[in-house]
Amino acid sequence: MMNSLLFVRLFWRDLKANKKRMSLTLIAVFWGTLSIVLLLAFGEGLKDRLVENGKGLGEGIIIVWGGQTTIPYEGLGKGRRIRFYPEDLMELKKQIPEIEQVGADYFNWGTSLTYEKTTVSNRVNGLFPSFETMRAHYPMPGGRMINELDMEKRRRVTFLGDRLAESLFGTEDPVGKTIKIDNIPFTVVGVQKKKQQMGSYSGPDDNKASIPATTFSAIWGNLRYNNIVVQPRDLKQAEYVKQRMYEVIGKRQKFDPSDKAALSIWDVIKQQEQMAAMMLGLQIFFGIMGFFSLSIAGIGVANIMYAAIKERTVEIGVKMALGAKKRQIMGQFILEAILICGIGGFIGILISQGICSGYQRIDTGIEAISWLGKPTISMTIAFVTVGILAAIGLVSGFFPARRAASVNPVESLRYE
Amino acid sequence: MMIKMQRIKKVYHTGRVAVEALKGVDLELEAGEFVSVVGPSGSGKSTLMNLCGCLDTPSEGEYFLDGERVDKFDSNRLAEVRNRKIGFVFQNFNLLPYATAYENVELPMIFAGIGQKKRKKTATELLEKVGLGHRIDHKPTELSGGEMQRVAIARSLANSPKLILADEPTGNLDSRSGQGIMTLFEELWKAGTTILMITHDQSIARRTNRTILIKDGVIVSSLNGNGAIPNLEEATVEGFGDHGGLD
Repeated sequence: MMNSLLFVRLFWRDLKANKKRMSLTLIAVFWGTLSIVLLLAFGEGLKDRLVENGKGLGEGIIIVWGGQTTIPYEGLGKGRRIRFYPEDLMELKKQIPEIEQVGADYFNWGTSLTYEKTTVSNRVNGLFPSFETMRAHYPMPGGRMINELDMEKRRRVTFLGDRLAESLFGTEDPVGKTIKIDNIPFTVVGVQKKKQQMGSYSGPDDNKASIPATTFSAIWGNLRYNNIVVQPRDLKQAEYVKQRMYEVIGKRQKFDPSDKAALSIWDVIKQQEQMAAMMLGLQIFFGIMGFFSLSIAGIGVANIMYAAIKERTVEIGVKMALGAKKRQIMGQFILEAILICGIGGFIGILISQGICSGYQRIDTGIEAISWLGKPTISMTIAFVTVGILAAIGLVSGFFPARRAASVNPVESLRYE
Repeated sequence: MMIKMQRIKKVYHTGRVAVEALKGVDLELEAGEFVSVVGPSGSGKSTLMNLCGCLDTPSEGEYFLDGERVDKFDSNRLAEVRNRKIGFVFQNFNLLPYATAYENVELPMIFAGIGQKKRKKTATELLEKVGLGHRIDHKPTELSGGEMQRVAIARSLANSPKLILADEPTGNLDSRSGQGIMTLFEELWKAGTTILMITHDQSIARRTNRTILIKDGVIVSSLNGNGAIPNLEEATVEGFGDHGGLD
């Protein structure tokens, strides 16, 4: 290997001797790096945004509605509607130990909600305390979500969606205040923390009043749930849990467990996995795009190295005469190519970082742009970029280096 | 025996034409000799020099350098031999222009994998030995021709080689600097170094202890130096004599 100081000086001399060509090559590497990093960073921002939005509905859950049977079973004809009862919920919990949490929804649309002089018409949702973690009903500081005791005592307490709370209370703190739901007084125990929600059923969570499912059923007389929500202990057990649900509910309500239409299932777990796979695919695509634009820069680097060989033929010959081995001659050229890629890449990453953090500070207020989220240069992106830069540097240095090492010392010493 | 060449042939293939640059050369060089090679241009003396210096391999024949047969070595082993056993001094110095005198002398030691401390000690000593102790950090462009050649000589000595190969070392120098360089070579020779030198200058050739005359790819004569060389004088008439001497 060359003496490092000498090597840097050689690079510096080359830089000065071929200012234009060297700076164009550096710009090419810089530009390639910029495009690869920005593509990946914006992809990362988009992914984070989608993941965050996906979390609004809840993570690792399966939502189940009752369907209609399509297979006659035990003397019962097909076309029977399946609806869920509190017993179904208890049975699921008892029979399927792979289930971590269960819950269910009641809904009442167009209910009048009144605070002092303000009345709005909106949804009331009877739900379970498990929704706090399953369905991301997290309270803002100072409040709480519906709890087990509320359920047990059928308390008249309510947990408000943040948008609903704003339309009822404005800037006032709703916690501890009383609102009237269909003229029945309820105490507000908490307001939902603001969240991004992409998927929803029966409307978004930020615009409803939630009350204990038991209270709901006592007031409006509903028995059958609108739907059930299940959270498996392990995401990998989702398929098994789904199958077991057909068996357990099928046994209780008498339908063929292989009758898929009896239950209508929204597998949020699978959907989120697919989304993650799609985003990964998108990022790989971005990475490949970036790789190609950086490859063009690599050709520039190889070109400048080939030109350098011609200029340094005598020098290569002298070094060979002094006993430099092939790999010692090659090492210098490869190192120089990597150095060009390193410098160009470093500037590229630095400026990309600047663009990303600058972008994050700008609030355009445009809905479409807000979907891009916050472009982020993650560690993975940094490693991928550095890896691609190193690979391109190595390849664009290797072939010129091999040419350099094949220089005939006798010929080159005669070269003027 | 430092050099033993037997029936060495070298054929160059340029396109469809094959040129036989050396047509069967036998050469022996004892350790401690100071030998000059003279001959007209195109006589094959450069080819002989390249083969002696392991920069090239012969098409035919055997070459023993310092008891080791090297004519079939691959490029990496040849590089090793050049690095350890041979020191080159070129007509146009061939110093790295961006490196200082010190760094130029250091270079063969870097290729040999010698540690930095030892490199520094040796390079400094060698530059002092050739009288350039005060020019260590100067670049070639800041040195005179004679000084550059002294740096090159210091560089050729870096790995204590058995053999110094000098290709017209005074060819690009004025006569005073050339004299100085010759004096330096004589000192090295007296200190025990074997030197093989190409020249077309009779007066330079006379200062060596043996002169080999090469013509048309064969060694015509090998004569003891120091003046009385009737055959050499004859040979110069058509060959290198008309180039004129340095002094």
